[in-house]
Amino acid sequence: MWTFLGSDVMFFGAFIATYLVYRGKSLNGPYPSEILNIPITSVSTFVLLMSSLAMVLGLHYVKSGEKNKATLWILVVVVLGAVFMGFQFVEFREFAHLGLTPRTNIFGTTFFILTGIHGAHVTIGVLWMAFLAYGSHKGSLRADNAQDLEIAGLYWHFVDIVWIVIFTVIYLISATDGPPPGMESVIHG
Amino acid sequence: MTTKSLTFPRLFPRPQAKWGIWSWIGTVDHKRIGTLYGITAFIWFIVGGIEALMMRAQLASAEASLIDPETFNQLFTMHGTTMVFLVIMPLSAAFFNWLVPLQIGARDVAFPRLNALSFWIFLFGSLIINASWLTGNAPNGGWFGYAPNSGTTFNPGLGMTYWIVGLNILGVASIAAGLNFIVTILNMRAPGMGMFKIPIFTWMTLITSILIVLAMPILAVAGIQLQTDRVYGTHFFNSLGGGDPVMWQHIFWLFGHPEVYILILPAMGIVSEVLPTFARKPLFGYPFVVFAGAVIGFMGWFVWSHHMFTVGLGPAVNTAFAVSTMLIAVPTGVKIFNWLGTLWGGNIRLNTPMLFSISFIAMFTIGGLSGVIHASPPTDSQQQDTYFVVAHFHYVLVGGALLGIFSGIYFWWPKFTGWFLNEKLGIANWALMMIGFNLTFVPQHWLGMDGMPRRIYTYAENMGWENSNLASSIGSFLLGVGILVFIINVFYSMMKKKMAGADPWDGRTLEWSTSSPPPEHDFDEIPQVKYRDQFWFDKYPETISEYYGHNDDDQAVPSGAQIDDDGEAAELPVVSGGADDGHGDGHSAIHLPDKSYYPFILAFGLAIFGTAFVTDGLVLFAGAPFFIWGLLGWSMEPVND
Repeated sequence: MWTFLGSDVMFFGAFIATYLVYRGKSLNGPYPSEILNIPITSVSTFVLLMSSLAMVLGLHYVKSGEKNKATLWILVVVVLGAVFMGFQFVEFREFAHLGLTPRTNIFGTTFFILTGIHGAHVTIGVLWMAFLAYGSHKGSLRADNAQDLEIAGLYWHFVDIVWIVIFTVIYLISATDGPPPGMESVIHG
Repeated sequence: MTTKSLTFPRLFPRPQAKWGIWSWIGTVDHKRIGTLYGITAFIWFIVGGIEALMMRAQLASAEASLIDPETFNQLFTMHGTTMVFLVIMPLSAAFFNWLVPLQIGARDVAFPRLNALSFWIFLFGSLIINASWLTGNAPNGGWFGYAPNSGTTFNPGLGMTYWIVGLNILGVASIAAGLNFIVTILNMRAPGMGMFKIPIFTWMTLITSILIVLAMPILAVAGIQLQTDRVYGTHFFNSLGGGDPVMWQHIFWLFGHPEVYILILPAMGIVSEVLPTFARKPLFGYPFVVFAGAVIGFMGWFVWSHHMFTVGLGPAVNTAFAVSTMLIAVPTGVKIFNWLGTLWGGNIRLNTPMLFSISFIAMFTIGGLSGVIHASPPTDSQQQDTYFVVAHFHYVLVGGALLGIFSGIYFWWPKFTGWFLNEKLGIANWALMMIGFNLTFVPQHWLGMDGMPRRIYTYAENMGWENSNLASSIGSFLLGVGILVFIINVFYSMMKKKMAGADPWDGRTLEWSTSSPPPEHDFDEIPQVKYRDQFWFDKYPETISEYYGHNDDDQAVPSGAQIDDDGEAAELPVVSGGADDGHGDGHSAIHLPDKSYYPFILAFGLAIFGTAFVTDGLVLFAGAPFFIWGLLGWSMEPVND
């Protein structure tokens, strides 16, 4: 799994690099400063980070053999992951409503593909966790094969960490990005 | 054990057959998967070769009209794509599969079903790319797919879509295989086999696998970005929307240059096994070869922009990449001196594998030297996009990678099958390939220096390029005849069946200690390892002090005694065969993973997903049942019933 994550680092790395290279190169709006909603995304980021805590607790209870608590905490991971996806869905719809789609400008292109790929990772993780929660409920996920959950957990934490990077790069760093220098008058004038 | 697990209803019983097509579809045996890789890749090799010969036929004379320009574009695109992704990489994968477990004394790879999945995904991916020929939409944007030429504006057909989908599917296969070999090599070595005792081919496999795992995702990103540009109208490489076509070049070559080392390092590993065997000496400077390989693998990440000297990135960038490119020639040169040092003073047997390996050194050196020439940006500006570059990389890829692979084929064939390939036909094969290869590509250096551009479907009569082109075309057909002799050799030798024993070449590494072909479980007893080239020292313990100086064995064991008698390596026999574990046939107690259909089903589902891009989005729904069936069935299937 560590090797796979190494591979995935390169995958996200290339997308994030693309985003950074193209940052501030949009020729028309909406620009990041006009559209990004940091408070709401902070909430969804918090939700996703809390799911990692639930993941740790789930693994702990699987290892200690407390089946019901383990199932519960893995389900919490599933729910929090799904809530994060819900936030992303609403955000995408809101942006589309405000006129930002992957076709609108280079910000839209890089934003939607990067966060979309991350969202796909979260979705896969949610399905995986749901499968494991079912397994825990049925008693097939136990202390002696807790490694199954530990591996899934590595993936889950990784996807979280990537989100921290994406949140920093897209939302925090680019929050004030407007039109490229010299373009203000062209766009708004 | 009465543990409860989830079960998934089976539509088919678990495959049990030992023979016939179902035994192959359900196989998880690394040797069978290696064979599948080898045969599939060789078929694509013939296809890619025919594509090359068609181009050479067209270029044999000026202003020829055998092939129209559009077909010519498709031919060179598919020739490059096929040879890189469907021939050299999977042929290397065939060797990885066959040899890595045998060389490290393991019974299979770490994840046998994942290994099967890699092969099936590779097979379906290669079929999707080549299916484009049948629809008349073969990719035509070059194997590097430069934007914006590969975008819908200039390339509205489905060709490049086939190319992206195929490559992304192949990328999944490569990453899965790469992960598998890293884990196998790190975790499944025989007891006592430290990292500096593993055979050099396995070392090169490890470095190649790391490169694959890190480089292929970048190609996937490039593919996804180009695909969304093409299909959904995003602007990654579209300058009208703020994107930049040069971005494609950066991302593609950031993958593309490590890819070059993915292609050549396995061949270097093969040569590093063949030379010591037939010089009857250990590899000269083993740690240097390992470190040189690792340095190449590392520095390979810092040279990509030398493919882009003429883009205009500026003198500072060009200088930096020129320096790193020249530096990477150093570890490569180290290896060449190590190979020469291995030959020096050796007791050399000049048979077919050895001839191929020695030719590898010579041809690869020529290719390496022409590479250093265009590491210099001003020189490269002259050579960019000319036949000089074509000649250069064919010297490294054909004269390097392919000769190495042929050396490996002749070398390990007795191990794979139990019988030899015919030596006389082998030498004819080698001679024809060498003459044909040099006749093809030496004149291309001159053509390139004379300014003949790449990827043109014809040229004017008064350019003075006709003689060289004709020679090159004749050479290419000789090369083709050489390959034909190889195919004849395989069938001829199959009929003659000159049987080989377990150790026909007086080999050095563990794969020669088991029978030829190896039993399904590889080793009756897992070998114990104390030395590099363990098998050699098992056979010739009196040479231990010669190579290792004074050691414990010198004192404790009289010359000629078994080295494991000094108590440290337990009582287990080092060499397999004749195991007496009291189980009748000698190995009924060995557990091998059971066969499984699910990798095939999962790969099939994934392939149908892929075809959705070239047909209709609704096809996704046709793939989903197979994909989900394969995934769930697999995850709930125990390794052994």
